[in-house]
Formats: sequence, structure tokens, C-alpha cells
Amino acid sequence: MAARPKQVSSKTRAAQKTPKPSKLSKEEELKAYCDMLLIRRFEEKAGQLYGMGFIGGFCHLYIGQEAVVTGMQMSIGEGDQVITGYRDHGHMLACGMEPGGVMAELTGRSNGYSHGKGGSMHMFSKEKNFFGGHGIVGGQASLGTGLAFANNYRDNDRVSLTYFGDGASNQGQVYECFNMAKLWKLPVIYIIENNRYAMGTAVARASAFTDFSQRGASFAIPGIKVDGMDVRAVKAAGDQAVKWCRAGNGPYILEMETYRYRGHSMSDPAKYRSKDEVQKMRAEQDPIEQVKQRIIAEKLASEDELKAMDKKIRTIIGNAAEYAQAGPVPDASELYTDILLDA
Amino acid sequence: MPIEILMPALSPTMEEGNLAKWIVKEGDSVTSGDVICEIETDKATMEVEAVDEGVIGKILIAEGMEGVKVNTVIAVLLEEGETVDDIGTTPAAPAPAPSSEAPVAEIVTETTSAPEAVIVSDPDIPEGTAMIETTVREALRDAMAEEMRADDNVFIMGEEVAEYQGAYKITQGMLQEFGARRVIDTPITEHGFAGIGVGAAMTGLKPIVEFMTFNFAMQAIDHLINSAAKTLYMSGGQMGAPIVFRGANGAAARVGAQHSQCFAAWYSHVPGLKVVMPYNASDAKGLLKSAIRDPNPIIFLENEMLYGQSFDVPDLEDHTIPIGIARIHRSGKDATIVSFSIGMTYAIEAAEALAEQGIDCEIIDVRTIRPMDIDAIITSVKKTGRLVTVEEGYPQSSVGDFISNTVMRLAFDYLDAPVHTITGKDVPMPYAANLEKLALPNVEEVIDAVKAVCYRS
Repeated sequence: MAARPKQVSSKTRAAQKTPKPSKLSKEEELKAYCDMLLIRRFEEKAGQLYGMGFIGGFCHLYIGQEAVVTGMQMSIGEGDQVITGYRDHGHMLACGMEPGGVMAELTGRSNGYSHGKGGSMHMFSKEKNFFGGHGIVGGQASLGTGLAFANNYRDNDRVSLTYFGDGASNQGQVYECFNMAKLWKLPVIYIIENNRYAMGTAVARASAFTDFSQRGASFAIPGIKVDGMDVRAVKAAGDQAVKWCRAGNGPYILEMETYRYRGHSMSDPAKYRSKDEVQKMRAEQDPIEQVKQRIIAEKLASEDELKAMDKKIRTIIGNAAEYAQAGPVPDASELYTDILLDA
Repeated sequence: MPIEILMPALSPTMEEGNLAKWIVKEGDSVTSGDVICEIETDKATMEVEAVDEGVIGKILIAEGMEGVKVNTVIAVLLEEGETVDDIGTTPAAPAPAPSSEAPVAEIVTETTSAPEAVIVSDPDIPEGTAMIETTVREALRDAMAEEMRADDNVFIMGEEVAEYQGAYKITQGMLQEFGARRVIDTPITEHGFAGIGVGAAMTGLKPIVEFMTFNFAMQAIDHLINSAAKTLYMSGGQMGAPIVFRGANGAAARVGAQHSQCFAAWYSHVPGLKVVMPYNASDAKGLLKSAIRDPNPIIFLENEMLYGQSFDVPDLEDHTIPIGIARIHRSGKDATIVSFSIGMTYAIEAAEALAEQGIDCEIIDVRTIRPMDIDAIITSVKKTGRLVTVEEGYPQSSVGDFISNTVMRLAFDYLDAPVHTITGKDVPMPYAANLEKLALPNVEEVIDAVKAVCYRS
């Protein structure tokens, strides 16, 4: 008699429950506020510099999605890795990379993280365990699984946060990696940032099955839907996923329901959606505004204190922009460096 | 009439095999589907089943016989009403009778050893070093095993590399020595596991990713180029991918268009990669060891037709060959032939034939396609004034085109004739044996090209 197919274990089924949003401490709320605001202001400045011609090529802004990386970063620890696609500025700032170094890379200067040779979509920080910054949709899914493979090989308890979007979720290699990650019990959290549009194509127009949290079902990978606009919900989900991975259970999928306010890139007029839709999200679900309202309601900080924080962040971003515009362009000799290492 | 049971071909490249074991004996009755014997090839030991019904009348090839050519009559089956006396009409088996001591057929040396040539001593190998006859297959395995013993960061992953012992038996014994943590069977998902390898390499591990053949690496080429080759540059030198992608490249035998393609020119196009392509076992071992230690992504292109060939490999504790240095295979004064990998087999045979006609060829085995040892080629061309390149890949934008252009720029005044590039034909690989032969380069073409550049007819 043929063996019956293995059933999804009760443990995996139990892990399919979205946790209640975390209760954040005063320090956590204030930090989340500052971290998200830093990303927002950075991206606004990047958009401005793009308009002025300081930044070229493709530039994909993260505005609206700030709670995702901010909440996930609160769930991980020293040595855990982060990797994402081309909409990567927020991830880098959340990892603790210097806004000046990131902005200088956007302006293509030698004081940028990649000495001006990577650009918006290709930046890395070995020191901060940020593994890019990848321009090919879905490529980071395999690479991020590889980071988890290395953790497993080294038996070091670290977790790989592998971010990709609803668009990349339809790439074949994603499923190749789901299979291997589960097969080899790799500690990887696949964070699907569902911002509803793959460039100009709405999710329902490109995906036969739009519940991305269940995209790992064929591989018995547990997954949950998370309110990606609420940093507390992200943190709670992140904690649950990290715990699952560190316990040696293999991969976990988090579908972050989020929204980008800007176009796909700077050159996208975003005519595939209504202004009202964007306005409604901004007014009702803005991730930064949510935290701000709680801070005020719970009197975690005064209006003046919040204003002081805003001012401090504006100064940081102002300095970053200055750093990015003042930095020298790469020397012509840089054209031929960093192609191969000496054997 | 008695039925002849012939030595079967059990793989696309099999020309001979060993009769490992007889399961039946003379006088036994068999029906179709019964296992009658076991045949050992260089890749596997396979059971052979009877196709017809009858009694084993006579066993013609004894158990233990090595090097039995495909289509040799190995036994004779008697049908109902026949006796051993009926076998008289059977033509004599082409394989020699086994000797009781060492059952080795004489054909072994003919088909598995590389043609003799005036081998120039390799400066990388110390004078007086003992040599051990080794197949390319074993040399590759030894290289990986030695590096894995030396460095725990080195591991191998790919399809059938572990339990199966390698689709082409390259990883034979490695699972047993290094265990499943370091010898990893993957699902058939090249795109995914190539990316996983690169991701692991970005953290400092040193993966060896085996593609069963490089035809399948087409599924994964995005990670080879966009992820492995470019990360060091895009990160401003912060992180790269110390990884080796290796496997069989080029045409095997009769496997058709999708399985027969040389990728030398493709990968040689890409900055950030090194492309290594050994011909003999010594270079296969020494270059693979260097590739594994190299901090850059390496495309290591092997050739299935060469896996079973034996060559001298120096008996050194740590035999490495530097990447990017050509080897002068044969020194000569009249014309230079530049080749690599299986192209060398045409070059060597042609040079021997030409020597008999009074044309003394120098053969350079570039060994590494990128970075290429242009200096060695230029030095030789300055001596001979004539150049022919030989490869199996397609003609347009071939490796030979690159060499030809480079020589034109750097040694134009030394050339006494236009450079000739011998390549595979500009067609997908056909299946039919005669067409396949036409599609590949051949020795005659090389001979004609050398004569042409020497203005001899």
C-alpha cells in the first residue's frame, strides 16, 4: 500500500495564527516613531534630490511601508541578516546604516556605501549584516535562503530576514527556495511586502491566489497575514517568526499588508490607482501617524518633545543630503577596482 | 539460429565496459526480463536483462573482463531445439579471450589514454616529481576532497552529488568521507540552489556548486552573472562570492541540441568571473584546487568526453596550478595552435599529422579562458607568425574571435597570415551520428587551417 502523504503537523498549523499586536514600552514606541520618521524624511529628501537631478536612474521610495522594516528590526538581534530587493533605502536605515552614506550612494559619490558604483538598488553593509539591495526581482529570495543555509551550516542560531514583494512572489525561484528551505529546515523568514501593486499591476491582476501568507502551503511552511501599517503588529509577528526559526523549525512566511504612497519609481505617475485610494490610506492607516497618536494619547511624550525629535531628524537628513552633494565623484581609477579580489 | 547477446551501450558516451559478473551460467534457461549479467561502466554498474527466451548456450566473455567494446558478442542464446553445436556459425567475438591472471582487454589503452605528444615540462611542477596515472574524473574528485579536508568552509551541493555518488561519478566517495552536512543533494532546481550557493558565499562560505551539465545552468545564469559576478563591484569591495560553479560543458555524444553546447564564450564575456577550462587531469586537479581557494566566482567548465581519460598527475601533497596561466603543450616553430579543453584533442592529433608532413606546430593550452594568458599566445605568435584556434563552441563571438582580435592588435606585424578560427558549426547540435560529427570540429579542419596559414596545400 502506498504511504499516505505526510500531513501538515499540528505544530505548523498552530503557528498559522496571527498574534495580537505587541504592547510596546514607552522607549519602543518612541524609537519606532523616530526610526520610521527617519525613513520617511530620508525618502522625501531623496525624492527632492532626484527632482533636482542629483540622483539618477531608478529610485524606488519606501514611503508608506516604514512600519514593516521598523517592526521587524525590533524582533531580531546582533548577527541576524537582512536582504531585500530594489526598494531598499528603508531597510538600510533600519539596519543602522548611516543616512549620509546611503544618500551619497544615491548621488553616485565616492563617499557612498559602494563608492558610487552600486546606486539606489545595489548597496551593502558587511558591518551591519545588510546583504543588499538587489535589482533583479526575486533574486534576493534565493540569496537570502543562502544566508540561512550558511547559518545552518555554521550552526550559529542566526536568522535571515528575506524581504520581497507581491510581484516577486510569482517568480519561480521563490518556490524552489521555499522547497529547499523547508527540506533543510533553514532559518529564514520570508517577508512578503504586499503593497498591492507590482509596479503598475494590481495584485489581483497578476496573482491567481492573492493570500500570499499561504504561498508556502505546498511546502508546509507556516505563514500569517500581518497588518504591515501597524508597527506593533509587525513586531508581534516578527517575534513569533524569529522564535519559530531559532527553534530549528525551518522557514516562516509573513505577508505584510502594506501600501506605498509614491509611484513604483520616481518616473511612475501611478495612474493605475485613484488619488482617493492613496489619500484614504494616508489619512486612516499611516504607520507614523498611528504611533504619534498613541504617544500623544498615552502621554509618552509632549508635543514639544515630538517637535524636538522631528527637528533632530530633519537635521540628520539635511546633513546627509549635504554630505551626499558635497562628496567627490569617484576617481576614474575606481572604474577598474573591485572587479576581482587578488587570489 | 542461436541468438547473439551483445555488449550493450549503457550511456551516451559509453564505448566499452567491464563484464563485472555473470548472473546466469551456461545451460540456464532465461526468459525476457531476467537479469543475466552486470556491466560496469565508468559511471555505474548496471544489470543487463535478457531480451529473448532460451537457454544460455555459451558464455563468450568471462566474468571480470575489462574493456569489452560495445556490440561484442558476450554470450549466445539457444532457442528451442538448438544445441551448442549450432553455435558454430557464430562469428568469432571481436574481444580477445580472457587470460586467467589479469583480464584486461588490449583496447583499454587505445581508447582511454590521451594521444602521445611532445609534452613540454610544466614549470609549475618540480623536476623529478613522480607521476600517477589518473583519470580527469578522479583528479576532480581528489581536488575537491583535498580542499574539503583543509577547509571546513568548503562544501559541495548539486543534483545527485551525494547518495548517487555523482551523475558522472565525480563526487564518488565524498558523502562517505564528509557526510551529508558538506555533500548536499539538491532538488532539481538550478535557479534556486545556485542562488543559495551565492548567498552562502556572500557570508564567507566557499561553496562548490555542481551543475549536472552547464546546459542546466542556463536556468541559473541570472545568479551566476547578476549575483555572483557583480556583487563585489556593486558593494564597493565589501563582499563578493567565493564560489565555484562546475560541471560538464559542451557536447557529450548523441544527446542532441539542448544538451550539447559550449559556454566558454558566454561566460568569458562577463567581468567579475574567472572561467577555467582544463584539458588534462593534472590541470583539472591543480586548477580546481586553485579555483576553490580563489576569493572570486569561478566558472569551471569540464567535459564529459574527457572524464574517463587518463593522464599523468604529479604526486604532490598540494598540487595547484595558477589560474590565468597557459601551458605550452608542445613546442614548435612553424605555426601556433591555441586551444583548450576537448579542443586540445583535435589540436594534438592535427599537430602529429602535420609533423609527419614537415610542419612543426606549437600547441598552447590556455587552460583559463578568463583572464586569458595573452602574453603566452603573443610570444608564440611572434615566434611562428601563424595562428589557428580550436574550440567546439559556435563561431560567432567565439573565444577564437577574441584571441584573433587581440593578436591582431598586439602582434599584427608578426602575423604572416590571417588567423584561422576552428569552431563548431553555426547550427544547433543535431542528433544523427553523421550530422553530429559534421557539426563538431575535426582534425582534418585543423590540419587544413594550419596548412592554410602556412600557405601549404
